[in-house]
Amino acid sequence: MIISVCIVLGSLIIIFGIVTFNGASYISIEMVTQTPNPNDALRGGILNSIIGSMLLALPATGLAFLIGLGIALYLQKDFTPSWFSGFIRFTLDVLWGIPSIVYGIFCFTIMLYFGLGGSILAGIFALTLLEIPIITRYIDEAIKMVPKGLKEGAYSLGSTKFETSMKVIRKQAFPGILSGILLGLGRGIGDTASILFTTKATNRIPTSLLDSTDTLPTTIYHSYQLPTGQPKAYAAAFILLVIVLCISILSRILSKKFTKHVIK
Amino acid sequence: MNKRKLRDIIGTKLMLIVTLFVFILFFLIFFLLIFGSISVLEHASIGELLFSSPWNPPKNFGLAPIIIATILVTGIALLIAIPISLMSAIYIAEYAPRRVRQIIRPFIDVLAGVPSIVYGLCAYLFLVPLVDNYIAPWFGVRSTGLCIFTAAVTLAVMVFPIIISLCVESFSAVPLALKEASLSVGATKWETVKKIVFRASAPGILSAILLGFGRAFGETIAVSMVVGGVPSIPESLFSPGKTLASLLPRYGELITIPLEGSALILVALVLFIVVFLFNLLGILLLRKAKKRWSY
Repeated sequence: MIISVCIVLGSLIIIFGIVTFNGASYISIEMVTQTPNPNDALRGGILNSIIGSMLLALPATGLAFLIGLGIALYLQKDFTPSWFSGFIRFTLDVLWGIPSIVYGIFCFTIMLYFGLGGSILAGIFALTLLEIPIITRYIDEAIKMVPKGLKEGAYSLGSTKFETSMKVIRKQAFPGILSGILLGLGRGIGDTASILFTTKATNRIPTSLLDSTDTLPTTIYHSYQLPTGQPKAYAAAFILLVIVLCISILSRILSKKFTKHVIK
Repeated sequence: MNKRKLRDIIGTKLMLIVTLFVFILFFLIFFLLIFGSISVLEHASIGELLFSSPWNPPKNFGLAPIIIATILVTGIALLIAIPISLMSAIYIAEYAPRRVRQIIRPFIDVLAGVPSIVYGLCAYLFLVPLVDNYIAPWFGVRSTGLCIFTAAVTLAVMVFPIIISLCVESFSAVPLALKEASLSVGATKWETVKKIVFRASAPGILSAILLGFGRAFGETIAVSMVVGGVPSIPESLFSPGKTLASLLPRYGELITIPLEGSALILVALVLFIVVFLFNLLGILLLRKAKKRWSY
């Protein structure tokens, strides 16, 4: 048993070791403040990818949160009969299991239908769809934990179902909701497959929603095999890993902080 | 009708709309994929496509070698991942002292959050040369390192955190009284784990494995980086192959060739249907297991 634990922890250490060992030495001020140099592949940085990742993942997570909160609140017994909520939960589980590249194909096809092609908008759309099932299921679990007495207290004071959901349940389930959002953000920022062709690739910093953009994961995917691209790929992997690690730590700290305000 | 009542109705309707959106999304994806794969289905029948060989676009779209490679990669990944994850989960839930558990849990969570592209890159930098130089010669085979085995090991590591965290959760949910009863009639700790904890949490273990399967089966990027990308029936574990999901990243380039783009949409449809069926199977099995092993 201890051997298995060691294998699991060892693989994590190996992953961090490789990425840090290869990536940290390429991290420089030039790397994080400049866009790629069109004349010399070894010069320049990956600022456009960092900004691109943020531009895609943050709005997508916000949208997915709004939709997910609505769905999760609606799945409560107060609103829906249990056969219907069971059905929706099953649908969400299937959507969770669908490979992210299928979302990519789906969004790309829809965008082509509207004559738009690869753009930031399509990427946000794909990531939102990808994150909805994750965030919704997490919020759903958090809401299930809200004690019944709390709801009944709100109802008995005359508040409507919607007021109870938004003012009492949302606040009580907040730590769970927060960790769901951050998990979705982590998933969204690291996902490659769904935005691989929905955003196209470019060297510039995007200026409009219909622009194409580079992101950290797609930068890695496009350049890890080219000798001239490797420094950028390794640096991007390192930055990505640091971001994911920060999200994970942040999630721990914040949920601990907000748990204080939850009524037990 | 006062303002609060109105707000309640509007809010509830909005929530209903977003809930129905999920439902619509599900069918929209399904029909779009069917619609997209029509042109390749006119080219050849579905049976022909799934069970013939070779995959040689734009003439032949036999998916058989790719399906075989997919089953191999997923199967081996789960074969490696299930015992190791279960053992770790038991250790974390039952044997580890409180402090050790508190240290290990965050590490597992971090492992779950590592993006698949980073797994792929690490496998490419570490596992590929390792298989190339040491493991393959050890089995007396020549290999480039980009092969089924490497992809399976990568997937196994990706699946670890999913199975572990879900299993630890269901192990911890087993009532203490159940374990105490077993220990008090003279069972050893291991006997208790094997006969009580395992059975009581069987539904949980099952759904954890199914979720792990889903992740391994549909993983695209990490696999396409290390599996080699030769769409022929793999001769051994150390020969390159191509899985269903790892065909898809080239869709962006191939969309201009209608028939080939359509064939890739068919592959996406197959992935969708398999994930759907496995989820359905999971729910049915869970219901049965809950009845059989309820406490």
